Amino acid sequence: MKIKSQRDFFSGLMFVVVGVVFAVGATNYSMGTSARPGAGYFPLMLSVIMAILGAIVMFKALTIETEGGDPIGAFAWKPLLVIIVSIAVFGLALPRLGMFITIPLLIIMVSFAGDEFGWIGVLMSCVVLTVGSWVIFIWGLNLTIPLKPVFMGG
Amino acid sequence: MDLLHNLSIGFGVAFTLQNLLYAFFGCILGTLIGVLPGLGPVATIAMLLPSIYALDATPALIMLAGIYYGAQYGGSTTAILINVPGESSSVVTAIDGYQMARKGRAGSALAAAGLGSFFAGCVGTIIIAAFAPPLTELAFKFGPAEYFSLMVLGLIGAVVLASGSLLKAISMIILGLLLAQINTDVISGTARYSFDIPELTDGIGFVVIAMGVFGFGEIIANLGMPAEHREVFTKDVKGLWPTKQDFKDAWPAVLRGTSLGSLLGVLPGGGALLASFAAYTVEKKMKLRQGDVPFGKGNIRGVAGPESANNAGAQTSFIPMLTLGIPPNAVMALMVGAMTIKGIQPGPQVMTSNPQLFWGLIASMWVGNLMLVILNLPLIGIWIKLLTVPYRYLFPAITLFCCIGVYTLNNNTFDVYLTALFALVGYVFYKLSCEAAPLLLGFILGPMMEENLRRALLLSRGDWTAFVTRPLSAGLLIAAALMIVVVMLPSISKKREEAFVEEK
Repeated sequence: MKIKSQRDFFSGLMFVVVGVVFAVGATNYSMGTSARPGAGYFPLMLSVIMAILGAIVMFKALTIETEGGDPIGAFAWKPLLVIIVSIAVFGLALPRLGMFITIPLLIIMVSFAGDEFGWIGVLMSCVVLTVGSWVIFIWGLNLTIPLKPVFMGG
Repeated sequence: MDLLHNLSIGFGVAFTLQNLLYAFFGCILGTLIGVLPGLGPVATIAMLLPSIYALDATPALIMLAGIYYGAQYGGSTTAILINVPGESSSVVTAIDGYQMARKGRAGSALAAAGLGSFFAGCVGTIIIAAFAPPLTELAFKFGPAEYFSLMVLGLIGAVVLASGSLLKAISMIILGLLLAQINTDVISGTARYSFDIPELTDGIGFVVIAMGVFGFGEIIANLGMPAEHREVFTKDVKGLWPTKQDFKDAWPAVLRGTSLGSLLGVLPGGGALLASFAAYTVEKKMKLRQGDVPFGKGNIRGVAGPESANNAGAQTSFIPMLTLGIPPNAVMALMVGAMTIKGIQPGPQVMTSNPQLFWGLIASMWVGNLMLVILNLPLIGIWIKLLTVPYRYLFPAITLFCCIGVYTLNNNTFDVYLTALFALVGYVFYKLSCEAAPLLLGFILGPMMEENLRRALLLSRGDWTAFVTRPLSAGLLIAAALMIVVVMLPSISKKREEAFVEEK
């Protein structure tokens, strides 16, 4: 069997898998009756419909010819990983190190996701964005964001 | 005259210094993100949601609305000058607009877009003011069964009119509805799909999803593409005032675009994007007169029509959101979220319980449109300068603002990690060409839909036929079914594909 549309095939697969997972999960909750639906009623209904639709999408992807096979193409691993890791590091660092250290850290890390990297531009961005964030979020909007590292009494 | 009375309340609210300032700020920001390719109103509004905690509901919504229609103005600038749509709704503007710019007529194109948008915005505002009250009346007649059916219609409509595969789009809606099921069941108090993580028992924040999928997902996708060569026509922008001939050519297109846009904006799934595509198709179908420039070669009608239509559509898409509490597109879904954050239950009661907010918001749209014409025509030079800022400086800033926005929403790092996860999910959607907007709509409507379904079933004692025996509800469901059937008809589905694929 040959996959005729890669994108559709894997989308369909995703819908089926997620649907089955949610359906199995829903069986943990009370179904109730249709006169008094329980917590699992609506999610079970939805996940079954989604799994069926996903199966149809998969079936069509196997049977209907597309131009060039509709390939998914290469993943942009570098930006993908750099951005996800940077966000996670931001979450880890902000409550511990405070804004004044975390923002430059994020900017430097995330800048590696692009094709061009120049220290001068990145450092300038760090200064501008740190000061800008302070003006907008702390001074202007009065939001509570940790400023200094914990060990410095922030 | 009720309408006049209402509008006078509205203008009273809109013309206070504070609200003028926020409208102005929203318009500037909207133009800014409209001009910058790769940053859309959905991500921006999501980013700004935390900041509205510090504001009152009225200025907050006025500002967010300004961002949406401001982006429609800004998007055309980029489309005309560098042939890259700054906003998805200006994709078709680029076709003829850029050609005009290459012939040294960038000024006329920008003016046609700006003035056309202003006219459309004025009409759109009047339409909202006139049609919102009767629709609200109707909405009060709705019971849970009708509401459920209305949401089905809304969600189906949202994908039928959009581009791409219908089956996949409907699956994405359901995925959104399912993600909204991660919460604590309101009726029984059972925590669902929480894996014993306390943060998940309150449900996933829609900002987390919007930011992860629309903000970060797009950044990753943009970075994955090779840097493109941009050719900016900055020196050619002169003679902003269109010639007499331009006026004569453009005004019928503006009128057509405005009426089409106003109509399509109200429909579920409508809004700026659909309106601009439809308007361009209509303009192309109109016969060319002697001496007209052909389409695709810089015809002013190809700019004036779609640009008026997208602004009209952006305005009138507020109607279902304001009167029924049902968002027709992703931006309106965020507006519903913003209202909830400010403790306002979206729905037909907003008009009577918060008349200041309701009419103030509508009046502010007109004020905002006036500001936008001024911002976009005489001050065009500033925005052009912005286009020369390279993306490598932009995406770190966008990342930062998204991160801070997510964190400050609940002062909680769990949301930040969850956003990182949704960034991955967003990129996967992009790779699989699954449109994410239906997912967000489903996610916003999920809890409301479940509540109304369960209430309706409770009232009918478990009888599912209640949805088809109650006439209003049946009508709505039939309309939804008809939409699907019509779109599946081979002849129409081919046309639908053509309309979206054309001239890409």
